[in-house]
Amino acid sequence: MNEPICLLEAVNLALARALDDDPEVILFGEDIGHNGGVFRATDGLAKRFGAHRVVDTPLAENMIAGTAVGMASQGIRAVVEIQFMGFIFPALEQLIAHAARLRHRTRGRLSCPMVLRAPYGGGIHAPEHHSESTEALLAHIPGLRVVIPSSPARAYGLLLGAIRCDDPVIFLEPKRIYRASRTLVEDSGAALPIDRCFTLREGADLSLISYGAMIPECLAAADNLAERGIDSEVIDVASLNPIDYDTLLASVSKTGRAVIVHEAPGKGGVGADISAVLNEQLWGQMRAPVMRVTGLDTVMPYYRNEQHYLPGVSDILDAVDKSLEAGRNEILQATGSG
Amino acid sequence: MREAVFKTEISLTRYLRADGKPLDELPGWSHEPEPLTSYYRWMVLARQFDQKAVALQRTGQLGTYPSSLGAEAIDVVTGHLMSHEDILVPYYRDHVLQMIRGTPMRDVLLYWGGDERGNAGVGMARDLPNAVPIATQTLHAAGVAASLKYRHQPHAVVCLCGDGATSKGDFAEALNLAGVWHLPLVMIVNNNQWAISVPRHMQCAAPTLAQKALAAGIPAEQVDGNDPIALHEVIGHALQRARAGKGPCLIEALSYRLSDHTTADDASRYRAPDQLKEAWQNDPLRRLRQYLVDLGYWDESRERQCLDEAQQQIQQAVEDYLATPPEPVESMFEYLYAELPEQLRTQIEMARVRGGGDL
Ligand SMILES: Cc1ncc(C[n+]2csc(CCOP(=O)(O)OP(=O)(O)O)c2C)c(N)n1
Ligand SMILES: [Mg+2]
Repeated sequence: MNEPICLLEAVNLALARALDDDPEVILFGEDIGHNGGVFRATDGLAKRFGAHRVVDTPLAENMIAGTAVGMASQGIRAVVEIQFMGFIFPALEQLIAHAARLRHRTRGRLSCPMVLRAPYGGGIHAPEHHSESTEALLAHIPGLRVVIPSSPARAYGLLLGAIRCDDPVIFLEPKRIYRASRTLVEDSGAALPIDRCFTLREGADLSLISYGAMIPECLAAADNLAERGIDSEVIDVASLNPIDYDTLLASVSKTGRAVIVHEAPGKGGVGADISAVLNEQLWGQMRAPVMRVTGLDTVMPYYRNEQHYLPGVSDILDAVDKSLEAGRNEILQATGSG
Repeated sequence: MREAVFKTEISLTRYLRADGKPLDELPGWSHEPEPLTSYYRWMVLARQFDQKAVALQRTGQLGTYPSSLGAEAIDVVTGHLMSHEDILVPYYRDHVLQMIRGTPMRDVLLYWGGDERGNAGVGMARDLPNAVPIATQTLHAAGVAASLKYRHQPHAVVCLCGDGATSKGDFAEALNLAGVWHLPLVMIVNNNQWAISVPRHMQCAAPTLAQKALAAGIPAEQVDGNDPIALHEVIGHALQRARAGKGPCLIEALSYRLSDHTTADDASRYRAPDQLKEAWQNDPLRRLRQYLVDLGYWDESRERQCLDEAQQQIQQAVEDYLATPPEPVESMFEYLYAELPEQLRTQIEMARVRGGGDL
């Protein structure tokens, strides 16, 4: 593949590669076959690999998840799609009560190597229930891996990693940046590790920690800060369970400042989790309290007001300024002046 | 010994041929101008509204919109037969039904235009709002019906959903409960043959969707969803039964989705043009118009006048919609709790600042 591709096309490329490499990979979900998915993530795959491998199902998310558990228990690599994350709830019983625990309950005799993909997040002017970010619900569950890509290359590599993983993986696709940018992605078949952060930009003054569609916002904020002489590190968490704390702790112990950004509500969110660990591990080394920039603790508004809900570059910069300010106060206090 | 212990059949009711000619002896009421001319007027309004809504979406003035093209007869007849005290549990395609129940046309536009105020359901009494997560409303309908029964109120609940929705557990669970508890529930499936790109035969292997109710011990039947006379007979009878405490029923209304799934869909990717062309032969408006013309209740000038009136009404609603001042930002926090927790007040200020122009 020599053309630059977008995140959505990278998902398609990884799915095609997985279908090609392993006859035991099967895709199923609503409208994914003939129609190629409502976002076209599976475009052309049914035609290329056959309707027995890229399968349109009846409309039932509980069925999709539960059937995937059953297939995966037999070693089939079931890669299923939930059309929007807002419709994942009927699948939760199967994911939480079964997928997450099958190996544990059978003491290793059976496992559940399934992948459940779903587009998530706001910012595309979608109708009610089509814009939520409920990843924290899933990241909370022991046994479920939760992976979120934020670039075409990471979408390709992480999805292959998820499909080859022997655990159930929830693969959440930030649909707002499905087509945001294009890069060259080599169809090498190489997976990326699904338990590592990605340091996208190195910096000494502060760590911007995020994932999904907020990554471009963080990178834009970092550019802006660079103009002011502030050197920020940008880390894509990528895996929400488990979280690669080694990378995060190394970064924040270097910079002494962390701003965590996600579009899901702050309450009970992944940012709270990361913040807690940073505080537990780095107490004494921090130059400012960990700051969070998150979606608000209310229902995702209908699209007219969604820009008032979603964090943007200026919100990130405000939090950075607070972090820098807090550090200054501390220095002032320590030196006894002011 | 081996004997049949359960035998049944599913009937299909139809009175008019696609060209508006009677197939059978018609019910007496259908020889009168009313309610059929009213039905027709509302169906025209529904279709004109639909066209306008799609046009608004195409020009960036409305969000994703699910067209009701081909479902006009089901909605209009249901809306007229329901009493004010009956309770509607709709799905996302029932725009005109909600209008008949009292929702201002402007509010329908506001809802699909991404404004919470459009979902307030002004005028809909105890009706439930749109349900976007498929089939979830069927269980609400069972609960609403249970509350009527508990209070000994002699009214009916009407719940609508699509053919795709019948594949979800919710649907089976709702019917099952309605059977066991003998609930005053009329479940209407708008079987428009498609669930986005998935055709009816890939949704369920049974020859009818109606028969799903038989497993719940509920009477069920099919009706031609493009035939207002048949719809009137079947739905009217079901409502009377439910109100009289005679229990639930399932009505599978056979229709065809004459549009894309929504404005975000492109049905030409998965649907043969011939099938769509053929489906237009069964257009519910054409059928009723021809019937009314044959009886002398309708003609060209009435048609033109009816279209003009519909256009005026729609134009007014669109103007009101476009002139509606933007929803205040704080409204995303309003009505979330009976009383907003103090700690959330600071977030209202954050919301106001947010989105105020990026760098
Ligand atoms: C639980 C759930 N899953 C998926 C969707 C996405 N979706 C919206 S409409 C639709 C198809 C519904 O088909 P049907 O029930 O036949 O109703 P129709 O739209 O044809 O009237 C799907 C899959 C949804 N809204 N809710
Ligand atoms: Mg349908």
